[in-house]
Amino acid sequence: MTDVRPIEADRTAGQPAPAEPQAPPVRRRTVWQRLRRDRTMLLLTVPGLLFFLVFHYVPLLGYVVAFQSYQPFLGFTQSPWVGLANFATTFGDPAFWSATLNTLKITLLQLVFFFPAPIALALLLNSMLSSKLRRFVQSVVYLPHFIGWVIIVSISQELLGGTGVVTHLLDAVGVHNADLTNNPAFFPFLVTLQVIWKNTGWGTIIYLAALVGIDQQLYEAAAVDGANRWRRLWHVTLPGLMPVTILLLILNLGSILSVGFEQILLQRDNVGADAGEVLDTYVYFHGIVDGQWGPSAAVGLVKGLIGTALILGANKLAHVLGQEGVYRR
Amino acid sequence: MTAPTARPAWLERPSLAGRIVKALAVAIILTLVVYPFLAVLSTSLATQGEISRKGGLVIWPDDPTLEAYRTIFSGGVVTKALVVSIGVTVLGTLASMVATIMMAYGLSRKDMIGGRPILLVALFTMLFSAGIIPNFLVVKQLGLLNSYASLVVPVLVSAFNLVVLRNFFVNIPQELIDSARIDGAGDLAILVRLVLPLSKAVLAVIALFYAVEYWNAFFHALLYLSDTSKWPLALILRAYVLQGQPTTGSMNAMSDSLPPQEGIQMAVVIVAVVPILLVYPFLQRYFTKGVLTGAIKG
Repeated sequence: MTDVRPIEADRTAGQPAPAEPQAPPVRRRTVWQRLRRDRTMLLLTVPGLLFFLVFHYVPLLGYVVAFQSYQPFLGFTQSPWVGLANFATTFGDPAFWSATLNTLKITLLQLVFFFPAPIALALLLNSMLSSKLRRFVQSVVYLPHFIGWVIIVSISQELLGGTGVVTHLLDAVGVHNADLTNNPAFFPFLVTLQVIWKNTGWGTIIYLAALVGIDQQLYEAAAVDGANRWRRLWHVTLPGLMPVTILLLILNLGSILSVGFEQILLQRDNVGADAGEVLDTYVYFHGIVDGQWGPSAAVGLVKGLIGTALILGANKLAHVLGQEGVYRR
Repeated sequence: MTAPTARPAWLERPSLAGRIVKALAVAIILTLVVYPFLAVLSTSLATQGEISRKGGLVIWPDDPTLEAYRTIFSGGVVTKALVVSIGVTVLGTLASMVATIMMAYGLSRKDMIGGRPILLVALFTMLFSAGIIPNFLVVKQLGLLNSYASLVVPVLVSAFNLVVLRNFFVNIPQELIDSARIDGAGDLAILVRLVLPLSKAVLAVIALFYAVEYWNAFFHALLYLSDTSKWPLALILRAYVLQGQPTTGSMNAMSDSLPPQEGIQMAVVIVAVVPILLVYPFLQRYFTKGVLTGAIKG
């Protein structure tokens, strides 16, 4: 404990440590020496590591119930194996396909209406010359990100429900008795609107960072060459935002089959299962509520595999197209 | 950056029309964000008579009253749930911060033996998640069902927060750490006396993330707590406002079978929002300081 561990010699391998005139020559440490040196650091990681193993990796093993006729009182070990029967049950269930369709519908709407929103807002914020005003607007629009779904859905029912301000406004323009909160056809739009309200502001952070990273000389050069502000936007700004946009698109692809579970669970009963059921709520209601453990776990497994495959595939595609993607090759 | 209206020489003077459009857009966006909160607040301050007279739409209460708040704070379900939520949020955030700091610091030495694999174990969890059912089964097997621990332990460390914090620690100049070591400080002393004081801003942001997560947690509570007397505020909110039901073990003023009055419902919403509004202004300046953007990029 008392000896000074020659960290710096190790760090700047090849050059002598400047502070010590008689630095020991760089030497390879044995595994044992490194273990001795790093033992405190290693011990510090233990609780976190245990957490990840128990609550992220052990549950993966729990997916064996997808291949079992799982009975809670029998447990994993005693429940009979049924092969792929659970998958067959699921794929033969019309409610499963309806939930898949609803999920894709909402994903598509979010991709079209929500995904570009933070880019647009970031461009607007970035074009504000007064940094004081910009900072104020930023702190206001970030706020909804921190409001939980229960609260947002409550507020949304107050404003859009039968007695809400939006209903009154619609009434004034001739649309009577429009309760947007329990209209099945409007449901995907309602969900998308709520996501836009909650996350657009927060989503600007990453784009604003990318905008700051664009070399100002590019703008100057473009302006000197006679490019007006729209052409600069098209030829300088948007290419500058490309890498981060593609990164976020890839990450979104991974969650294409999960659309705001809590958000939809809270509102599903307002519009009924036909319009309001998505894959995650399907798993919840069939598995936890109805006790159909096997088939629901099968859905969860398929969903997880598709999500991971989409991320890896999209990332590959990004590499092929010359973009950086989530990680480098 | 510092001058409020710094305009580079090559940038055209903004046109009047452009400025008006921009100002309008900003005003509309601000209204869309702020108005819902104001509508809820004014409804919570109105009397039931006024709410029904105005058809549910109260823009400004004629006769503001705190009756709704008196009702929900007079003891009973909401008060109990508030205590539960505050307790879970405070203790959960503390536990999460301790575990995250320990692991992030442990992984911050670049050439540490085993550091890479351990980091990958955490990173991989961002790529997949074991769905609802297997998680429920694990929590059940550990005997955590119906305990407050089930709201904290299964979400103790967020891989995202861990990576953000670790990247911050890695970027602390090695010279500082080396000089502390030459002065005789061990790994733990360096963490407590050097690394943590240098990381106040990022720690504040991460603590905010955890606290908001715990405060808003609703699904885990629904999944793991079948005993309604243990419910946190988010679930009470759902029962009162979204399902319009007085929960079991209900309180005096709401024990009649009528759905709770709109004013009281909105007061519960305000009670759930206010803690976030109180903490947010103190922490949000760290976002704009660029801590987070740097962390996300890195």
